[in-house]
Amino acid sequence: MSEPIIRMTGIEKAFGDVRALKGVSMEVRVGEFFSLLGPSGCGKTTLLRVIAGFEEPTDGNILIGGRPMDGVPANRRPTNMVFQNYAVFPHMTVAENVEYGLRVRIKDRNERQRQVDDALAMVGLEGFGARHSHELSGGQRQRVALARALVLKPTVLLLDEPLSALDKKLREQMQSELRHLQRAVGITFILVTHDQEEALTMSDRVAVMFEGDIAQLASPQDLYRRPVDRRVAGFIGVMNFIDVRVLGAVPGGVEVDVAGLGRVVVPAEQAPGGTEGPIVAGIRPEMLTVLFDDSDVAARVTEGEIDEVQYFGDMTYYDVKIDGIGKPVTLAMRNTAGRRVLQPGDRARIGWGPDSVLLLR
Amino acid sequence: MRTVGKLTWLHVYLVVFLVFLYAPAVLLPVFAFNSSRVVAFPLSGFTFDWFRLLLDTEPLFDATRNSLIIAVITAVFATILGTFAARASTRYRFPWKKGVMGFVMLPLVLPEIIVGVSLLVVILQLGLNLSLWSIILGHVLICTPFCIAILSASFQGLDRSYEEASHDLGRSHFATFMLITLPLVAPGIIASLLVSFTISLDEFIIAFFLSGTDATLPVYIWGLVRFPQRLPSLMALGTILLVVSLCLLVAAEYVRRLGARRTGTEASGGFL
Repeated sequence: MSEPIIRMTGIEKAFGDVRALKGVSMEVRVGEFFSLLGPSGCGKTTLLRVIAGFEEPTDGNILIGGRPMDGVPANRRPTNMVFQNYAVFPHMTVAENVEYGLRVRIKDRNERQRQVDDALAMVGLEGFGARHSHELSGGQRQRVALARALVLKPTVLLLDEPLSALDKKLREQMQSELRHLQRAVGITFILVTHDQEEALTMSDRVAVMFEGDIAQLASPQDLYRRPVDRRVAGFIGVMNFIDVRVLGAVPGGVEVDVAGLGRVVVPAEQAPGGTEGPIVAGIRPEMLTVLFDDSDVAARVTEGEIDEVQYFGDMTYYDVKIDGIGKPVTLAMRNTAGRRVLQPGDRARIGWGPDSVLLLR
Repeated sequence: MRTVGKLTWLHVYLVVFLVFLYAPAVLLPVFAFNSSRVVAFPLSGFTFDWFRLLLDTEPLFDATRNSLIIAVITAVFATILGTFAARASTRYRFPWKKGVMGFVMLPLVLPEIIVGVSLLVVILQLGLNLSLWSIILGHVLICTPFCIAILSASFQGLDRSYEEASHDLGRSHFATFMLITLPLVAPGIIASLLVSFTISLDEFIIAFFLSGTDATLPVYIWGLVRFPQRLPSLMALGTILLVVSLCLLVAAEYVRRLGARRTGTEASGGFL
């Protein structure tokens, strides 16, 4: 593995008495699409601003491209940022905005013009050079902000919730465009977002942050399948939490008694945080199935009553009351051609397996 | 919105209010062109004599020149100082900020006669001569709080991320201030220059205390009031000042709206 493009060790940041960052250490790899994901106030934006050089960490150090960044101001760092509100300068044209950072670097006017044109073409804004910011839509402003940052060929591009101001349709389109752009330019992207779906679909790796520290840093698949604790599990996707009692270690795993579902042996790798202290069982909605016919089989079967039905077209979400479990359990079924949709009050056989149970601290 | 059709006491109040506010200003040009030496109705005839008389009054030109010099320099200095103070108070946190800002804004409510007398005492104690510069000193002192108030609003309305973006794109703090901050707060700066220019131009008390041999326009006018036969030419002078002020105001507002249109922001606030 090559040297990481960013290496942070023990980054602390305090604002007065508030510890916004509590000793964050992490590495970002060359050329990856990296996301900082967490609820508002978890410190993800502060961490991004520390990388950009807008905030001086109270303690700890950062290396970018192997160079220590202590005391290096934002204008001398090999990073560029796309701001949440894009910050496209309103008194300049689109072309002047993109040229802004180049003016101190490249003296030759023709060369500068060529690079501005290239950058605008890259984000699909050919012919928009003479426009002003207020003549652009939100999506176009974002492209200007992207072109303005990418034209400087930064080592790392920082994106501070760039999609949060866009409507759903445009957001989804920009997600895939950003992903394509990142592959095309090969620059390391660090994205800050509170939208777990956005982080999962776009990133190579995601750092989930809570209360000023990283709870888990993993690929989207690992985050979803093997969350380290119940905070991460609850933040990423939908997760059913069910009371569980640990019975003891057995060969190949640990035997537990899951409320309402019964005894089961859970493989050790499905208890990533160990089984010490208070733990809870977690089951994803799509890991539970409704057994419509007697011929449908599952490793384990239990009975329940349908409480709520949410129909999404491709999927149906059922809230199912199962004896022994206080809260209804959410279950997701793919809607296939011949499959009927159950109604509230219907009884149903629910299938599940030991491989779908996670033990979470 | 509710439309009130019939005449109420509020309408009467409004009319009376406007008459009291503007009638004196309307009377100025009326008597400036009246041929009688006595400022009273009925009007006796039309004349340019009083304006012609002004052109022959040498001290008037000196006083006007002095006032313009003082007002321009005061406006520039007060706006520069106001810019620094407004930026500091909106962008940075520093110890005793409230107390410091309160102290800076104090001349806003300080009686001018106190400022005038105390500055006079200080200047004489220091053994300095009274000159245009002593008046400028006093005017900068009283104008700066107005500039800070106007510019603080501009800086507060300026999104911080513009400056951060500029810094992030490789520009120094100084370049950022010149290329991003100043152009974006330009409407506020124009308003600040205009307001401090106007305050300085017609300020009397401080100018009266601190002017040595060089009188300013208000001080000169005050001298004229004592001679009743000069009253009509005073009206002519007042008319000129009125027209100049109006032109200035309209020009400033035009520039401000032009700037607002260019940046696409709502042309709210301002004077007109």
